[in-house]
Amino acid sequence: MNHAYSKLVVAIIISFIAGLSVASFAGFREFLPELLRGALVTVQITLGGAVVAIVAALIAAISKMYGPGPVRWLAITYIETFRGTSALVQLFWLFFVLPNFGILLEPLTVGIVALGLNIGAYGAEVIRGAINSVSRGQWEAARALNITQMQALRRIILPQAFVAMIPPWGNLFIELLKATALVSLITLSDLAFKAQQMNQNTLRTMEIFSIVLIMYLALSMIITISMRAFERHASRGLHRGRVS
Amino acid sequence: MSDVWDWEYALEILPILGEASLITVKATILGFILALIIGLVFAIARMVGPKWTRWGTGGIVEFIRSTPLLIQIFFLYYVMPEFGVTLNAMLIGVVALGLHYGSYCSEVYRAGLDNIPKGQWEASIALNLSPVTTFKDVIIPQAIPPVVPALGNYLVALFKETPLLSAIAVLELMQTAKILGSESFQYTEPITLVGLFFLVFSLISAELVRRVEKFLKTRRGGRA
Repeated sequence: MNHAYSKLVVAIIISFIAGLSVASFAGFREFLPELLRGALVTVQITLGGAVVAIVAALIAAISKMYGPGPVRWLAITYIETFRGTSALVQLFWLFFVLPNFGILLEPLTVGIVALGLNIGAYGAEVIRGAINSVSRGQWEAARALNITQMQALRRIILPQAFVAMIPPWGNLFIELLKATALVSLITLSDLAFKAQQMNQNTLRTMEIFSIVLIMYLALSMIITISMRAFERHASRGLHRGRVS
Repeated sequence: MSDVWDWEYALEILPILGEASLITVKATILGFILALIIGLVFAIARMVGPKWTRWGTGGIVEFIRSTPLLIQIFFLYYVMPEFGVTLNAMLIGVVALGLHYGSYCSEVYRAGLDNIPKGQWEASIALNLSPVTTFKDVIIPQAIPPVVPALGNYLVALFKETPLLSAIAVLELMQTAKILGSESFQYTEPITLVGLFFLVFSLISAELVRRVEKFLKTRRGGRA
C-alpha cells in the first residue's frame, strides 16, 4: 500500500514539473482549447467503452461459467477471438467490413463498441477469476438455505467477488484509455487525432505532443485515484465481523 | 455469400499478406529483445543507486505505462528529426515498442528480483563477490526463470500491438491490408485474413507459453 502511494507521489511530482515546463511554452494557450476538445472525445469514448466492457464481460463470464453448452461455446469464442487479435484489427474490421453486411455505424459508435468488446473480453476473465476466488462453502451454504443458483450468484457470490475485481478493472480502464488513441485512425477527432492535425498545421511537434502525453497521464491518474477511492469505499465493513 | 466473401481475391492476396507478416514478426522479435534489455536496465536502476535515480526511473516507467503507445510512436517519429536524428519508420517502431514493453517487463523483473531472499545477497557479500558477479551469477539465474511465463505474455501482447506501426507507414500486415483494400475497394478479405493471422499466432504462442511454464515448473520441482 505504502509502496503504491510513493509511486503515485513520484508520478504527480514528475507531471507537475513537466506541466510547468510545458506551461512555459509560448504555444500553450494557443493549442490548449483545441486539444481539450479532443480530450473530451477521448473521455467520451473511454466512458462509453467502459460501460460496454462491463456489460460484455459480465455476460461472457457468466455464460462461460454457468451457461448451457452452445452458450458457453459462444462466450469462449468471443473471449478468445477478442483477446487473440489486436484492438486495431478489431476496430478496422468493424469500421471497414461491417458496412459490407449492410450495417452502417457511426465512427463514434464503432470506436465505443470495438474497444468496449476488446476490454470486455479481458474483463470476462477477471470476473471469472474473482467469482472462482469466493470459497465453495458459500455456494454450499446457499444451497443448504434453499436459495436458487441464480439468486445465490446475484446476492451472495457477486457482492463478495466484487471487491476483488476492482483493482484489475482499474488496470483495464487504463488500458481502455490508452486504446482510445487508436480511434484517431478511423477519423474520429479525439486527442490523438487533434495532436496529429495540429502537428501537421503548425509543425510545433515537441510542444503539442508533450502536452498531449501529459493530458493522457493526467487522465490515467484520475482513473487510478478514483478506482483506489472506490476500492476503499467498497471494501469498507467487509472484514468486520468475519470469522477468520 | 459470394457478394460478401471473394475466395479468388482472398487467395490472390494471401502471398502478399504472407510477405508482410514477415515484417510484423521481425518487428515483434526485435522489439521484444529491446524490451527485455530495457526492462532489465529499468528494474536494476530502480533497485540500486542513489534515491533520486531510483525515483526518477520509477517515474519514467509509470509515465510510459500510462500513456498510449500510439502517441509515443508519433512522438518519436516526429520529434527525433528535430534533434537531427533521422531513423527509418521501422526502427522508430521497434524502439517505441521496446520502450513501452520494456517498462512493463521491468515490473515483471522486479517481481522476480523481490522474491530472492535477502540471505542470498548477504551470502554473496560474505563470500566477497563483487556486486556485478552477485547480480550476474547469483541473483539473475534465480530471479529470471520464475517470471519467464509473465514475460511470455508480454511477448504476445507486444505482437498484438505491432499493427500500430501502420500509423507511421511501416509496411507491416495491417498497412499492407489497408493498401490492398483501398486498391480494390474490397476491405473484407484483407482485414479478415489479418485478424485470422493474429488469432492463429496468438493461440499458438499462448500454448507455447503454457508449455514453457509447465516445463519450468517440473524442472524446478525436480531439482528441489
